Amino acid sequence: MVDEGLAKISLELAYSAMAVYTAAFIGYAVAAASTAGKRDDARVRADLATVGAGGPGAAESGAVVAAAEAVPETAVSDGRFPGQKAAGIATALTLLAFVLELGSVLARTASVQRVPWGNMHEFTLTTSTVLAGGFLIVALRDRSKQVLGVFVVPCVLLALGLSVTVLYAEAAELIPALKSGWLVVHVMAAMIATGAFALGALFSALFLVKERSDRRLAAGEIAEPGRVARLLPEAGSMDRMAYRINAFTFPLWTFAVIAGAIWAENAWGRYWGWDPKEVWAFITWVVYAAYLHARATAGWTSRGSAWIALAGFGTLMFNYFGVNLLVNGLHSYSGV
Amino acid sequence: MADTLESTTFEPEPAGPVRVPALGPVGMLRWAWRQLTSMRTALLLLFLLALASVPGSLLPQRGVNPIAVSDYKAANPGVSPWLDRFSFFDVYASPWFAATYLLLFISLVGCVLPRTGQHWRAMRGQPPAAPRNLSRLPVATSFETSESPEAVLERAERSLRGSRFRVVTGDGWVASEKGYLRETGNLIFHFSLVVLLIGVAWGSLGGVKGVALVVEGEGFANTVTQYDQVTPGLAYDLGSLAPFSFTLDDFRATYEAGPVQTGAARTFEADLTVIDEPGATPRQVTVQVNKPLNVEGFKVFLVGHGYAPTFTVRDARGRVVFDQPVPCLPQDGNFTSQCVIKVPDARPTQLGFTGFFFPTVIDGGGPVSYFPGAENPEVYLNAWSGDLGLDDGISRSVYTLDTEKLAAVKAKASDGAPLVVPLKPGQTFTLPDGLGSITFSGLQEWTTLSVARDPGKELALVGAVGAILGLLLTLFIRRRRVWVRATSGADGATVVEVAGLAKNEASGVEADVDALVLALAPTRTSEPEPNDRESDLRE
Ligand code: HEM
Repeated sequence: MVDEGLAKISLELAYSAMAVYTAAFIGYAVAAASTAGKRDDARVRADLATVGAGGPGAAESGAVVAAAEAVPETAVSDGRFPGQKAAGIATALTLLAFVLELGSVLARTASVQRVPWGNMHEFTLTTSTVLAGGFLIVALRDRSKQVLGVFVVPCVLLALGLSVTVLYAEAAELIPALKSGWLVVHVMAAMIATGAFALGALFSALFLVKERSDRRLAAGEIAEPGRVARLLPEAGSMDRMAYRINAFTFPLWTFAVIAGAIWAENAWGRYWGWDPKEVWAFITWVVYAAYLHARATAGWTSRGSAWIALAGFGTLMFNYFGVNLLVNGLHSYSGV
Repeated sequence: MADTLESTTFEPEPAGPVRVPALGPVGMLRWAWRQLTSMRTALLLLFLLALASVPGSLLPQRGVNPIAVSDYKAANPGVSPWLDRFSFFDVYASPWFAATYLLLFISLVGCVLPRTGQHWRAMRGQPPAAPRNLSRLPVATSFETSESPEAVLERAERSLRGSRFRVVTGDGWVASEKGYLRETGNLIFHFSLVVLLIGVAWGSLGGVKGVALVVEGEGFANTVTQYDQVTPGLAYDLGSLAPFSFTLDDFRATYEAGPVQTGAARTFEADLTVIDEPGATPRQVTVQVNKPLNVEGFKVFLVGHGYAPTFTVRDARGRVVFDQPVPCLPQDGNFTSQCVIKVPDARPTQLGFTGFFFPTVIDGGGPVSYFPGAENPEVYLNAWSGDLGLDDGISRSVYTLDTEKLAAVKAKASDGAPLVVPLKPGQTFTLPDGLGSITFSGLQEWTTLSVARDPGKELALVGAVGAILGLLLTLFIRRRRVWVRATSGADGATVVEVAGLAKNEASGVEADVDALVLALAPTRTSEPEPNDRESDLRE
């Protein structure tokens, strides 16, 4: 049933993907380093280019001139910024690594001749692929967000690294409880939702960094934004991005939970039994529902709701690692 | 309600201290109700619900694993009584958990009912007329054109209708709105949650579930006495159990024999002969882990399995006093199983046996099981003689032997080492002192079946599906309003103002205004500029 050779190829592809992700990360770090100093200035230039001379940034002429020398005029009005080239190369590398990782997932699939979602190695491998794919969608549509790879790629690497080391499980057939069509539906929904919530949480976290920097800047507590904050796009845009991702993912998570309940009814005779895994899926759901409510409640700031989103993601991670590895329940399928 | 209405715009409200107005009792009640049904309270209750769910995942729960609860209580005698007093071993059936979600649902109904009325009226009504000053809207733009105001407005109306806006016209203006389904979705979502809750409640009140252990070749009839454990809902009458029955003809388990995950389970299958009701024609059904048996509104699931070696015991007089399969309880992944045999009919003294069954031993390797499948089974038993203590009327588990009034049968009468009886299938061991003999005469498997009836689950499913559909509507439909005003300017040109108002986040109203301007303007003159003076927009 199980093809050991393909399982080995899958592992090798995963290691290659890790190498390329690492290279991509270095590219993003270079982009970040050269952007961090100049992005704001470049944006001022861009403003000047569209608004015309005498715009709001004219006073900082020294910096503007320096930036103007570093960046060709056209690039500036393009919305590009220094480090864009490095970011572009890094994004290309990320794409390559993503293809390798996808290859790893497919090889594993072929090896076990079923969906590759039977244990934590397989879940984590797939989720990491989803995260990389999600980021690529954002990065290829909006170049200004490419530099964020410097934050996303390490997360992808971390998940991938965990999946091929401590979480690794030899290719094998499924245990009977997992042999069900609902595995495909439920686990796929849960994994895509997990990858997407991870991306949403990343945007929320970065938004919080940027927002705090903006606030301290406005209050005169700091003279200029810190290295990380300077790298980041405008706070509002990250906040909206986080909201869009989380709002898109919430129905998907709802669906994953319901599909899980239907499956549980089919396998164990009850659709909801307050097994630890179910409890934490419920907690995650409630926290994200609270997030959506907070966004619609007068008196709640984006900052408050960003913290709720992070808490929601925390419960999701606890469910994934904490419950699988520490708490004993019916869902003991970690395979570790 | 006040702040739920305002929630449709996104102007943060200064939170401020809650003021308790000086009102009479009715006023107080009304005030309390308004607090309970406010968005802020809903948010708080949602957090509380999440928090209240946590302990149940960290502490053992009676409803999930009663044995783990007793183990925990034995290990933690200090805190356990306190935890028990506050229902921490029954979190999801505890009063405080129920209080949290019931308050949440009351708040929900109190919040959503009035919104339903409002939405009903809005659906049947018309978009609100254009505000006097369009330039103060969040997205607003204007341009001049040589067309007459009437012509511009007529084109605007057509264009908006073409984009499926609901349109109303007035003196010099066009007002339009789109995306009503968003609020519809929101209401469907919240009401579906109520339906879901009712389904859950109905299922747990009017349902029943139980567990029965059945050995191959034996039968089960759906009556209370045949269950090892049965828990009816508060409103369920155990006398009304549907009278179906079945026989377990064969149970098959297969295990991974390859080098990876050796011994992991691969398939479980049980062949049943089912009689739906007395007198019905029997039918053959194969039940698998993800394929339960459906019978008379009940579902029968495979939940566990093990081995039941058959033993034949003869007493001192050589009479067969015991001949039946003995379900042994698995202790580890390789199905080392604990067996207890009670032979009350043996004479002159009653006999008992305790020991272990090993499905696969390595010959000469001692009492260790290497594989869960029965490749090379063997049992190792100790023998006891004396009084089994079955006659004092106290019910005892068949899986434990009370050795108080029993004496261990010794290997040799002289030294104290207890006798160990190793037996392979077909082998017989003759007990010392003429006590009799025991034969390992066959091997069966047993399975535990969970039998459940949940009359509320269909309703719960309807609620769940409704919730998803509602969510999709509310999260993906964008509600926005667009207004156009056209007036003749002093120089004979027509001044056209176009403005939009988002009713939710990421509304894309800028694009709507853009598109309309593009359709109406002779050439584009100015961008719609975001305008941050949103404050006096709320109707
Ligand atoms: C079981 C409890 C509840 C859950 C799980 C829940 C969940 C949600 C979710 C996921 C949304 C997001 C939809 C959106 O963003 O448009 C939402 C919206 C909303 N909820 Fe709830 N809710 C609950 C109870 C309540 C209660 C008690 C109230 C009233 C006090 C309420 C009022 C609202 C309102 C007004 C919206 C729409 C916000 C908007 O205009 O976008 N909900 N709810």
